Amino acid sequence: MGTELWRCLRVGDWCLLALSVLLWAVLTHWSWQQPGATRVRIYQDGQLYAELDLLAQRTLAVPGPLGATVVEVRQGKARIAQDPSPRQYCVKAGWLQQAGQAAICLPNRTSIELTGQQARPYDSLSY
Amino acid sequence: MTASATDSATQRLQVTAQDHQIARLAAIAIALAVLESGIPSPIPGVKPGLANIVTLLALARLGWAAAAWVSVLRILGASIVLGGIFSPGFALSLAGGACSLLVLAAAQYLPRRWFGLVSLSLLSAIAHTAGQLLLARLWLIPHNGIVYLIPILLGMGLVFGLVNGMVAEQLLRRWPAQADLQERDA
Repeated sequence: MGTELWRCLRVGDWCLLALSVLLWAVLTHWSWQQPGATRVRIYQDGQLYAELDLLAQRTLAVPGPLGATVVEVRQGKARIAQDPSPRQYCVKAGWLQQAGQAAICLPNRTSIELTGQQARPYDSLSY
Repeated sequence: MTASATDSATQRLQVTAQDHQIARLAAIAIALAVLESGIPSPIPGVKPGLANIVTLLALARLGWAAAAWVSVLRILGASIVLGGIFSPGFALSLAGGACSLLVLAAAQYLPRRWFGLVSLSLLSAIAHTAGQLLLARLWLIPHNGIVYLIPILLGMGLVFGLVNGMVAEQLLRRWPAQADLQERDA
């Protein structure tokens, strides 16, 4: 029964089905691609501490209440390299490279957020 | 029978056998659309579109004009029955239906030897999704975030388009062309 049902598809039907699936794959790839990030904003205690270009390679130590949080920027990506926070969540967030991604070191009141060409769809985020 | 406006004689509409067939098909399509609205959908707006099987059969048997009538009558009829006529959902239905009819107008000339109803169904499903997304982007959600919905909506559209096309192809084989002639005699 199953094979009989598939036999009602003609040659053109199969070609068109393959083309449709290809179109779907291409559109999926295109539409789920996040816009790339260009800059990283570093916040300390709610205030903008620094804004760096992601293409510039540098390491920045941001002083906080517990000590220094080290932000590393390299090849269009950014990460928290070191942080005095006990659970190290922001360090475990790893490298960020898409606009809108963020890593937050709550105990040390420091966070980084990547921004892209487009305006953010929201005004601000509160933690 | 006269067409004069001053004459009080009632005008009689000439109802052809094809009008009857269109009405019958549209009624089946409306019933399918109403039945389908009772199926719970995990994602709002994703429907199997079973009524399109009827549109495809109308196209194959009676031609594009009949298919367009069946489709438009189904959209109007189903939204009257279900409520929400002239609502955004109705506008989306109409946009999808219009787009898919336009594509079918061109696709009906594909050589039947190689392209069956499955091809027409797939093309119609793609056009339907495209028309709806375009209207939604221009009018309802004027934000590019809507592109994230394309993979889901188009994917489901293709799956249901394939299934509907196969069902329509099977029905077409079980519904011989002589059936219309018999009905005309009856």
